[in-house]
Amino acid sequence: MKHRTFLWFMLPSATAMVLFIALPIVSVLIQSVYAPHEQVIREVENCTLFGCTTSTVIDQEATRALREAEPLGRFVGTAIYTDRNHLALSQIGALWSASSGIGDFTGKLLNLPFYGALAFTLTYTALVTPLSIILGFVIALSVNAVPRLMRGPMIFVSLLPMIVTPLVGALILFWMVDARGILGAAMQALAGDPDLSVKASTPLMWAMLIVYGIWSSAPFAFVVYYAGLQTVPQDSLESAMIDGASRWERIRYVVIPHLVPLTTFMALIKIMDNFRVFEPIVSFNAAAHAQSLSFFIYSDLGGETRLLSSAAATSVLTILGVVILLSPVLVRTWRSFGKGAA
Amino acid sequence: MTTRIADRRPAALQLFLTGFLVLWLIIAAFPFLWTLWGSFKVEGDFFSKADWMNALTGPLTQAETGAAFTGAGYWGAWVQEEFWRAALNTLIVVVSVVCISLTFGTLGGYALSRSPYRYAFWLLIVALVFRAMPPITLVSGYLLPFFQWNLWGHLPTAIIVLVAINQPFTLWMLTSFFRNIPKDLDESAMVDGCSRFQAFRHVIIPVMWPGVITTGLFSFLLAYNDFAVTAMLLSKENQTMVPKIASFLGTTQTKGNVMFAVSSVVSVTAPLFLLVLFFQRQIVSGLTAGAVKG
Amino acid sequence: MTISMKGLALSALLGATALSPSAGLAADCGIEAGRVSIVGNEFPAIKTVAAAAADCANAEVKANLTADHQKINLPGMQGNPAEYTSAIIATSSIVALMNEDVIRPLDDLVAALGQDIPKQQLITIDGRVMAVGFMANAQHLVYRKDVLEQVGLEPPKTYEEMLAAAEKIRAAGIMQNPVGGAYAAGWNLAQEFVNMYTGMGGEFFEPGTPNVSVNNDKGVAALEMMKALSGYMNPDFLTHDSNATSAEWEAGNVALMNMWGSRTGVLMDAEGSAPEVHTNTMVGAPMKVGGGDTPATTLWWDGWTVARNISDEDAAATFLAMKHATSPAILNDETMGQAVWMIAGYEPAPVNAGVMQTMTMGAKPYPMLPYMGLLHTALGDNLADYLTGKEDAATALADVEAAYVAAAREKGFLQ
Repeated sequence: MKHRTFLWFMLPSATAMVLFIALPIVSVLIQSVYAPHEQVIREVENCTLFGCTTSTVIDQEATRALREAEPLGRFVGTAIYTDRNHLALSQIGALWSASSGIGDFTGKLLNLPFYGALAFTLTYTALVTPLSIILGFVIALSVNAVPRLMRGPMIFVSLLPMIVTPLVGALILFWMVDARGILGAAMQALAGDPDLSVKASTPLMWAMLIVYGIWSSAPFAFVVYYAGLQTVPQDSLESAMIDGASRWERIRYVVIPHLVPLTTFMALIKIMDNFRVFEPIVSFNAAAHAQSLSFFIYSDLGGETRLLSSAAATSVLTILGVVILLSPVLVRTWRSFGKGAA
Repeated sequence: MTTRIADRRPAALQLFLTGFLVLWLIIAAFPFLWTLWGSFKVEGDFFSKADWMNALTGPLTQAETGAAFTGAGYWGAWVQEEFWRAALNTLIVVVSVVCISLTFGTLGGYALSRSPYRYAFWLLIVALVFRAMPPITLVSGYLLPFFQWNLWGHLPTAIIVLVAINQPFTLWMLTSFFRNIPKDLDESAMVDGCSRFQAFRHVIIPVMWPGVITTGLFSFLLAYNDFAVTAMLLSKENQTMVPKIASFLGTTQTKGNVMFAVSSVVSVTAPLFLLVLFFQRQIVSGLTAGAVKG
Repeated sequence: MTISMKGLALSALLGATALSPSAGLAADCGIEAGRVSIVGNEFPAIKTVAAAAADCANAEVKANLTADHQKINLPGMQGNPAEYTSAIIATSSIVALMNEDVIRPLDDLVAALGQDIPKQQLITIDGRVMAVGFMANAQHLVYRKDVLEQVGLEPPKTYEEMLAAAEKIRAAGIMQNPVGGAYAAGWNLAQEFVNMYTGMGGEFFEPGTPNVSVNNDKGVAALEMMKALSGYMNPDFLTHDSNATSAEWEAGNVALMNMWGSRTGVLMDAEGSAPEVHTNTMVGAPMKVGGGDTPATTLWWDGWTVARNISDEDAAATFLAMKHATSPAILNDETMGQAVWMIAGYEPAPVNAGVMQTMTMGAKPYPMLPYMGLLHTALGDNLADYLTGKEDAATALADVEAAYVAAAREKGFLQ
């Protein structure tokens, strides 16, 4: 395809992405290396409905000139990336020299917000991605095995975890797993422990978030695999049968190779989505037990005093994290692209 | 309908698959069915902290309304709170997002699949990196310029933002799909004197529908379920369903309003059921014709 | 296709005006012309205010009430002209608007148009009127009369008495977890610490500076009291916000709790709970702790502001509309119970007794400091580790201080 034609075909899509994604990314990059000006604080008297108190305010007149001179704020370089609420480089150094052993060091490292969140995020990604893909695959096999007429409703039911708004879905599940909810009570009965409470223990909370993650993202894998299964070349299957291949051999040498590209695609998308996990933590009020990088961004932006630079730095770190996680898959894609283009 | 030989399974395997499927269907549908049942109860029963059995037996529903079931949640949501306005807005947003992102995506995806140059690969990678950006950061970045340029609050703004955010995924899916349409098709058309665009229009468009519809399903679900963008970028009168449901919940859950949210969720699932039934053949044959290639 | 889409969009726009004035007569608020656009949180009292503003004649009034108001009010007032001409804010959230200098001093408008606003309602900061308050809120004791009678106790006046009462209730086998509280990690938990630390007589910062000072004996004592209380709470307490805590109450699982005055109306009405629960639900004065004289709670007000980046005409219209919307005219049987209105003519209902007592007992207002929001976030993110037993109180407080210092450095409060 000629460069010129290519350009015209790409134009609408590229324009949309440049305007609404690329430019914001650039502004986030800039934001992450600038911080607000040093604030001049002044003591004042405040009077409210409840009487007067001595308090402080920011001296707007004093800071206005500074703001107008440098509207971006003060340049701080990578200071935000390396401060205690992000990579905490100097704190790690201090911890390393002060700690008695690897175990002690790891414990203290995970107490730093960034690394604690990273631990949960990586565990979540490492478990939810493969398990939801496998679950989706088995569901696809099972739906594929029922008579055609029944498949429509089954596809719909299987899509339900993905369709019902997470907002309300999570609210209802939150109630169900409560110690007095139906699932919570069932678990207590199964474990034989009347005091068991999912929401009170960190490991159980992690497990619940992971199970929820698998439940809600299996339908995606299911749809893609189900469609993939319809395309398994019947000729190859039948000729393999004539050649005396066993059932397992047919799956191993015909079906699976056919589904590998689908799996790569899904792994790519799912690793990315899971690494940015955030909604379940908010919906389940799980912040006491599990935090993630995206949750930090949410709390930086949602607090009463917004930390824009901090949110920007965490966003950039999230993108870097995704790129690192995806790099093996990307290298694979690079090779297959090379083949396709040749 | 004849079963193909390769489809035949040993009885044990068939049994296992059927058993597994039943189990999965229960797990997938249970929270929804529970919600469906509970939407006809009062809040004190459905979200009972005393005993979960209350959601089934409904003592408070009986006490407060005098009947075993109540439609108060539905009446409150649709009549009192005018949920239909939000439903209408969602319809506009969803239809526009699906149409626009598929138009942009098919053009771009087709070009990416037919370009032999390395930059096509890099474009795909860049699109993927774009997708890695947490949407919440993107949205909070939009607020100031949108307010300044008076773009905030309007449906078209939310639509184009959703289209843009959804482009990387759409491009990836459609590119892989177009790669599986043999190149000979459009190239022979071009030998016959068609321009690239004519070849696309007359040769590719007629065979591309299945893949486009599958991609459309995911665009649809994204726009339909979106909360981050619509909650922050739309004014009250342009509110779509999900932020409306969130506002039923509110920060301080006003009594009864939680049931508005529950019944809204239930009532908007019905049209989706019809939609899935209608499109399920296409969804399936969609990836049939062109599987996604990593 | 495009045309019909446009038609649809247009008809949706025309059909939906956010708060169309009720069919009755429009009120004369003295407005000649101008634009009024309100942003605020979404709960019944604020809805009443927004609806009353929308009744004003000769003005185009819009309102955007949403739980996300804190995320959009600042950008919505930074443009020129600002999208929002008024933000309804509370003690803590006015600070963010002041820090960014987006609200205007109201002295001129008060002098020209607002002589009838009682002086007490004017929120003055550094001698300038920045907001007009219209309602108060605070956390205070809520208790079950019948349960306390069963164990033969008076309503607790201190947290120490609350612990003793909880032990008695548990020992008597009436309830396993008789204490409730909004201890959800994040904002709620931080707020409970702010209460307890205030009750212990602690100061959050070195006076007049942004230097944090919570890692001290009083901070540790406050945390230890919170942990002792949590021993009598539902084990899930770290996930319970005020909604979940209210649900626990209505289910009859809890007999004592520190709860927002604005939520008690819901607990005392007949809906959602068994008669023995709602008829026995009583509100009491806030509790003291650790032998201190200040109640372990904070006072909050809600008020309205006017944006800086709008024309004087719009500012006057907004001022008049909001003045009308928070005047005695809005008080009626329905709205009276929605809040503790700080408006002439308001008669406290029994549900509001707790907030009234909090005010007379000399409770402190929530600190209105430019950097308090940063500390509140840091508290919310780090205290849960102590309550789950992952670390001791001093370590948790050290983490709070470290997180605050990093955030305050970024914001330019600390060097």
